Amino acid sequence: MALSITNINKSFEGLQALSDITFSVREGELFGLIGPDGSGKTTLFRIITTLLLPDRGEVDLFGLDVLKNYKKIRQLIGYMAGRFSLYHDLTVEENLKFYATVFGTTIEKNYDLIKDVYCQIEPFKTRRAGKLSGGMKQKLALSCALIHKPGLLVLDEPTTGVDAVSRMEFWDMLKRLQKRGITILVSTPYMDEASLCDRVGLIQKGNLLSVNKPENIIAGYQRELLSVSSDNLYKLVNDLRNEKNTHSAFLFGQSVHLTRKEGKASAKQVIKYLQDKGHESIHINVIKPGIEDCFMDLMNEEDEMALSG
Amino acid sequence: MSEQKETIITVKNLVKKFGNFKANDNLSFEVFKGEIFGFLGANGAGKTTAIKILCGLWAPTSGEINVAGFDIYNQTEQIKKNIGYMSQKFSLYEDITVFENIRLFGGIYGLSRREIAQRATDLMQRLDLEHSRDKLISSLPLGWRQKLAFSVAILHNPKLVFLDEPTGGVDPVTRRKFWDQIYEAADRGITVFVTTHYMDEAEYCDRVSIMVDGRIADLDTPSALKGKYRVKNMNEVFLKIARIKPDENN
Repeated sequence: MALSITNINKSFEGLQALSDITFSVREGELFGLIGPDGSGKTTLFRIITTLLLPDRGEVDLFGLDVLKNYKKIRQLIGYMAGRFSLYHDLTVEENLKFYATVFGTTIEKNYDLIKDVYCQIEPFKTRRAGKLSGGMKQKLALSCALIHKPGLLVLDEPTTGVDAVSRMEFWDMLKRLQKRGITILVSTPYMDEASLCDRVGLIQKGNLLSVNKPENIIAGYQRELLSVSSDNLYKLVNDLRNEKNTHSAFLFGQSVHLTRKEGKASAKQVIKYLQDKGHESIHINVIKPGIEDCFMDLMNEEDEMALSG
Repeated sequence: MSEQKETIITVKNLVKKFGNFKANDNLSFEVFKGEIFGFLGANGAGKTTAIKILCGLWAPTSGEINVAGFDIYNQTEQIKKNIGYMSQKFSLYEDITVFENIRLFGGIYGLSRREIAQRATDLMQRLDLEHSRDKLISSLPLGWRQKLAFSVAILHNPKLVFLDEPTGGVDPVTRRKFWDQIYEAADRGITVFVTTHYMDEAEYCDRVSIMVDGRIADLDTPSALKGKYRVKNMNEVFLKIARIKPDENN
């Protein structure tokens, strides 16, 4: 195991930020921690990276206890914080040099490792970091986190606020780093990124809902899921929600994902109901759930009640 | 969308330069009254610049722009009174209460004391927030906060509301509840101008424009765009249009 986390608890002023978090990350694995804002991802990452003390629980990294060996641990971890935390008034190259020096190494020594990422921003190496575009900042931050050749790369929401194209490129880079033997722990609020990880942990309100391979999480989905579409999407989702046998009805792109309360969903019944409501071009089929369907199913009833206001 | 397609935003040849860099390079488009208009684009494509101009916060370098019936050059104050704005980055003041936020924004929008009291009561009733009237915003769950922020942004019944990445970072259920609110607002006749990085949300828009490098690369209904690029969803449309080269100089 590269990383073992056991019963981590943390609260801030009575608010439970993390409740009994236990999971491990294997050596060479790309592990994704997936959950919305405020679910506890950053708190957990700060504990793993020795920046915050847990109230209870243990973190073991490459056989070292994080509390007792924090100095050694810091050499083994490359951490990319959620907020851009490089020096705005230093140039691209100066930032990289600074991080290399702090870790007692040089750019030349580990250039091979960062080359793939850094070469894309090298043409702008004399530009101040504060003047870079979002995508370039992200690449520089990743280069700086990698410069001391860490065993574990911890990336806190590297793709938040990043457009779909840059997100895809960033994941391609992570895959290439993984191939070079670096263990990667990455957090994201984007459910669709789950399928790009070897294993994922779904986290909500400080509770780990599930830890598994993305395909196993999907296989564990118990309900029959229907995709429903008609000529009026907004009316469709409202009508379906008001139908007495509906368990859940959520917008998914151009269709509504529907689960029924008991037993097998009867598509015929739903079609009849919608026809009576005046819908046209009604299409219904049974579909395989995605991670987002699973996540919403796992979010406990209580949350749904609270959020439905 | 109304039959005659009355326009609420008209943009003709909008150019915004910063030095030699053209952040908005000759944009021309219209937004129709009552529609949900998705304004998509890669990071640095020029979306934020265009929104700031449309809200009357920045002057364009050149171009003819009319928002909610007012000219962008000399009627910016009227524009501000007729639009609402909400973003993920800033929505409400965290260190004052629910009611204080409503009162503050009502005051900024020039509502009378009586109107504010009336609308605050309606709003808190509708959102089931009556019991939270005197709670600090910071104590509310993110989902509630965003619902409230959106309601506050349209407290003055604007003709048009700008939503800049309103759903970033929220959980999938809350994200969808938020779109219910958007649909409700559109149903009430408020035009919604929205940006997002979630491509499934692009499907909920009546029409979407996709910006690349300061230009509008394409603009149409989601189904027309999917047909045109022969793909299944808006994510693929976006990748086809926006993935021209890795981001470089901007």
